Amino acid sequence: MIIKLLVGRFLSSLFLVIGALAILLPFIWMLSLAFKPQNEIFTDTIQLLPTRIEWGNFVKAITETDVPLYLMNGAIVVIGILVFQLLFAVPCAYALVQRNFKARTFIFGMVLAALLVPFHVTAIPIFLGFAQIGILNTYWALILPFVPTAFGIFLFRQFLAQVPADLFEAARVDGLSETAIVWRIAFPLAMPAATAFAIFSITAHWNDLFWPLIATTDPNLATPPRGILFFRDEESGDDVGPLMAAATLITAPLVIAFLFAQRKFTQGLASGGLKG
Amino acid sequence: MTLPALLELQNVSRRFGQTTVLDDVNVSINDGSFTALLGASGCGKSTTLRIIAGLDRPTEGRVVLNGAEVAEKTAYERNVAMVFQSYALYPHLTVFQNIALPLTMRHLGTLGRMPGLGRLLPNARAARSHIRQKVGETAESLGLSELLHRKPSSLSGGQKQRVALGRALVRDPVLFLLDEPLSNLDARLRIKMRGELVSLHKRTGKPFVYVTHDQTEAMAMADQIVVMIDGKVAQAGSPRDLYDHPANKDVAAFIGHNAMNFFEPGDGLAQLNGVGDKAVIGVRPEHLVPDPDGALSAHLETAEFLGSETVLGLRTQNGKQVTAIASGEVDLPAEGSQLNLGVLAGRFHYFDSQSGKRMTEVTPS
Repeated sequence: MIIKLLVGRFLSSLFLVIGALAILLPFIWMLSLAFKPQNEIFTDTIQLLPTRIEWGNFVKAITETDVPLYLMNGAIVVIGILVFQLLFAVPCAYALVQRNFKARTFIFGMVLAALLVPFHVTAIPIFLGFAQIGILNTYWALILPFVPTAFGIFLFRQFLAQVPADLFEAARVDGLSETAIVWRIAFPLAMPAATAFAIFSITAHWNDLFWPLIATTDPNLATPPRGILFFRDEESGDDVGPLMAAATLITAPLVIAFLFAQRKFTQGLASGGLKG
Repeated sequence: MTLPALLELQNVSRRFGQTTVLDDVNVSINDGSFTALLGASGCGKSTTLRIIAGLDRPTEGRVVLNGAEVAEKTAYERNVAMVFQSYALYPHLTVFQNIALPLTMRHLGTLGRMPGLGRLLPNARAARSHIRQKVGETAESLGLSELLHRKPSSLSGGQKQRVALGRALVRDPVLFLLDEPLSNLDARLRIKMRGELVSLHKRTGKPFVYVTHDQTEAMAMADQIVVMIDGKVAQAGSPRDLYDHPANKDVAAFIGHNAMNFFEPGDGLAQLNGVGDKAVIGVRPEHLVPDPDGALSAHLETAEFLGSETVLGLRTQNGKQVTAIASGEVDLPAEGSQLNLGVLAGRFHYFDSQSGKRMTEVTPS
């Protein structure tokens, strides 16, 4: 009986480890290469651990390439997108939950429908529009298309729908305007949902290559994934150590941010949108 | 004695689509009074309160506050305070911030409310110290001084209730509205808070409007009770008025700790009083007492001894079930034996058997 249980545990753990290895292997290899000296990278045996830790790869990535610029561009774009998304999605969600207006159900239906439309469908019309008004090759071109977020509105709506209506009424009696209720009551209460949403938004846009490739050609506006491409072109692939160090630098902020927000993130998803 | 009412609902109706929730409601609340809106759930009492508060608007009719029509004004513009059944404390704010919020909104501008910047503006600093002092006084008077830095989730039900009261008190409103504020408390605490609410009412001297479905609460606290049935005001008056002269059968059935006995024309009591067959006779259990010379005889079926009194369940010859109350001191016959009951003088109520309305002109022979 106990042996059966142990075997079951062992097997399920084994499968998990195999699955995790399959997913993590490229990252482990990336880390390994980033810390290896030049002459250990291309050998005929597989050596996971370097004989000595080579920080030079990182020094080279930071000082001799544009990686710091790419990181900063990434931060500007990602934070810009997130701030504007919250600025519009939270009031929209609040209105959908708390305000009575004629087309409310219809508009919520449209939000749900918009969830089903992939971004790539709208990319070309947006590109043409931006070309018309001449904002291609600016930060705005990278930020604006993602500001209206059906997913954000949906997530916040589901979360706010579970907040007792009494709270908002009490706030009205206390003299808060509807705008004040959104930012002083609804938004702080929706913090778990906001954290979950922030993780999704930041990951998606930090890693996005598709849209920066279309909307920008200026190397000075390159976001991290776009930058890696420039980097590879210039070095034509033979300086793998600094390239992997750069990739590590670009992956690290997301991993660190996720580790910090992990608990709030799962809590937000559990009590917020996806269940409701 | 004809003070102009502080607040009046005049012919107020409220409809949601096809359903009529309030139908031609007239309520008048005098300054300094304690009014209870009493009714079963779904009778429209909460909607009435929300219309008084300004959280909802009447479909028809006028809301008059201090002589001015306010139906279109917000709760804040009317300066009413409301305590919600669920307390509605802001979970992300401390007790201090909860109580201070109405003042923060009133005394500080947008800039002054900003966490860091507000400290730098000189007049915001004066307002802040004013707010701190007011909140401190209010918390002191409710015994909350020790809890000011706690979050609502770490408070007990009674403490949350006090914080909700504090948030209402701190802004010095013209009218307090309470929506079943005690229904989430356990029985013992409820009776204690009842007393505190009454003394709070005395202390502030402001009118209270109190929504409840519990007639005991209404009778114990209010000086005016408005009984609402099916979206209409069935009767408004003092507790004694409602108890002694219920306007109709429904009010009579609702008011009183023990439900009133109603004798239909065929039930054996009408003939005794010679009122013919157009009246239903109502007798409260506490006015129907064992009496050897009593005119109504019945089998004793159950007897609940409660200490100060004993509740008797009886059945008359006609099979009519009757409740009576005997003093706890009385020695009772065994269950199943015959018992004579008499009605105390002047304690008959007569209601029209068709409309249910009170009949005053009936004189028993």
